[in-house]
Amino acid sequence: MAKKMYDKSQQHTLIHELIESHQSMKGALLPLLHAIQEKLGFIPSDAVGEIAKGLNLSRAEVHGVITYYHFFRDEPAGKHVVQICRAEACQACGSNELLALAENILGCKSNETSSSRCVTLESAYCLGLCASSPALQVDDKLYARMSAEKLKKILIQLETAQ
Amino acid sequence: MSAIKVFVPRDSGALAVGADEVVDELQKEVQSLGLTVDVVRNSSRGMFWLEPLVEVQTPRGRVAYGPVQPEDVKSLLEAGMLQGEAHELCQGITEEIPFLAKQERLTFARMGITDPLSLADYEAHSGWVGLRRALTMDGAGIVQELTDSGLRGRGGAAFPAGIKWRTVLNAPGQQKYIVCNADEGDSGTFSDRMTMEGDPFMLIEGMVIAGIAVGATQGFIYIRSEYPHAIAVMNQAIKIAMAAGYLGQSICGSGKSFTIDVRKAAGSYVCGEETALLESIEGKRGVVRAKPPLPALEGLFGLPTVINNVITLASVPIIMARGASFYRDFGVGRSHGTLPFQLAGNIKQGGLVEKAFGLTLRELLFDFGGGSRSGRPIKAVQVGGPLGSYVPESQWDLPLDYEAYAAVGAVVGHGGIVVHDDGVDMSKLARYAMEFCALESCGKCTPCRIGSTRGVEVIDRITSNQNKEQQVHLLRDLCNTMLSGSLCAMGGMTPYPVLSALNHYPEDFGLEIRGTESV
Repeated sequence: MAKKMYDKSQQHTLIHELIESHQSMKGALLPLLHAIQEKLGFIPSDAVGEIAKGLNLSRAEVHGVITYYHFFRDEPAGKHVVQICRAEACQACGSNELLALAENILGCKSNETSSSRCVTLESAYCLGLCASSPALQVDDKLYARMSAEKLKKILIQLETAQ
Repeated sequence: MSAIKVFVPRDSGALAVGADEVVDELQKEVQSLGLTVDVVRNSSRGMFWLEPLVEVQTPRGRVAYGPVQPEDVKSLLEAGMLQGEAHELCQGITEEIPFLAKQERLTFARMGITDPLSLADYEAHSGWVGLRRALTMDGAGIVQELTDSGLRGRGGAAFPAGIKWRTVLNAPGQQKYIVCNADEGDSGTFSDRMTMEGDPFMLIEGMVIAGIAVGATQGFIYIRSEYPHAIAVMNQAIKIAMAAGYLGQSICGSGKSFTIDVRKAAGSYVCGEETALLESIEGKRGVVRAKPPLPALEGLFGLPTVINNVITLASVPIIMARGASFYRDFGVGRSHGTLPFQLAGNIKQGGLVEKAFGLTLRELLFDFGGGSRSGRPIKAVQVGGPLGSYVPESQWDLPLDYEAYAAVGAVVGHGGIVVHDDGVDMSKLARYAMEFCALESCGKCTPCRIGSTRGVEVIDRITSNQNKEQQVHLLRDLCNTMLSGSLCAMGGMTPYPVLSALNHYPEDFGLEIRGTESV
């Protein structure tokens, strides 16, 4: 989902505040990264040094964690994020075909952003809606028992509503 | 006259098919009729093909209507839904729906009945009874009760929970931890999600009892980032329980303390493996640890740690409330108690079926599930998540218990059951299993990190008919290496779906049909 835009100095202040509020926590790195991404929509790569210093870690450790976990982004996503579940239960109900349809409509592959920067398309591996497959998520909203027609409508709406 | 009670679930499975929109429409229509209703956002009954399932309280019991869409609300009200009258969407008295009536709901007893965040509801439906009893016992007594119940880890590995707890109880340590593994990443599983969204106090109660039993004062629940509703509900429930004295410095005035923190995962499947999960809570990459040391002795932050799956911990309150033998008497062989099976994929009546161990896959697929959703013949069923074997029809009459499944090279796992109809190409699913392993491998051990990528290549060569016989031999050899050489279940079990697909459906790989070989 589109996040509020911050300029570089605001980003810096915000990250600094978040580091301070997490410093006393045990195992603070993931909660801190979540908090930063929650605010900014991504984790700026120039924040790695400051995070490392603040939590007494090496830059390599922080970089390693950001790149290890699929959830963290090091650059902003499009205005909307569409995640299509590709796990087995959804595959059994046509999710691969839905993904192909979405790639076709948006003109981008999975894990890419459409040229209008409106939609980032991603594969998800299980949204926990396996009894109502196929499932997908648009920003914070979940959809299950999705059909090609419904998905087409949703995507066209996202692309044209910007 | 008090307002009529109408129940519309708040479970993700209901929200994803329009439950909020149904509530909005209902409120609007009711208002325009000059009526008032009391809408309760309950948990889901687990009959997902009927969601959004709207229930109305009547003198005969709750009457169910589903699946309800916003455009149905007007005609439902006109037909007299608020009095429980007939309508084409009416499913009758909820508790009499065969899918529900045939279940043995112990852990899921409150599911769909209560408001997940109402302490009054929880108390009125046997909540905190197990905790109150545990507070009168010593740690060893609680652990003995759990051991006697025969409860085994519900996350998939099925290790006896009592033995794990006893190891932590007897481990020296100033600080011990209870960690709840809520990183439910297996496709086809949603019982952890339902528990956290639908009955969070039960999980809290189970964790508090675990803490009292082994002498731990701090708990963590590690929840997947894909479950935002579960995270939100658990956080609210913890606050409520804290304020009411079920968590905090002196639980129910006993002087014993226990607190719980929710930690959000970040989309790594392998973090469902217990040692990778501990690494992740510590703020590191979710890389699997070599065992020993066992987490029970050197777990979170190097200290003694009980790490259990959501359903394991959620089963504790009823065991403590009703006693070990009550729970132990359900099930067969060494698989005691019940398992919440989850019917998913191409199935007509998908949802949650809690039953004692020992029923068959055929009963689940047809008596509960009603066959495939597409109406075509069922071809393959994957039991136990993405690392579980594909079970062919010849094995659908085996009793679902840990040992019977292990004997044919399959797993019960976390109880997820994913159904595929005859349109499926099993070589594609085998390839997907290797691809998924390559994507999610933590990279620590070679068989998993490298083997999965080579596995994709070998399967591609088989299906494109390049040196087929030799490549099949190579695939089996590779699977054997992964099975016995991997550090954890990620690489060690990826061969299960691959080999079961190859053995039971050779025609999908362009091979001659022959007698099935076991994995």
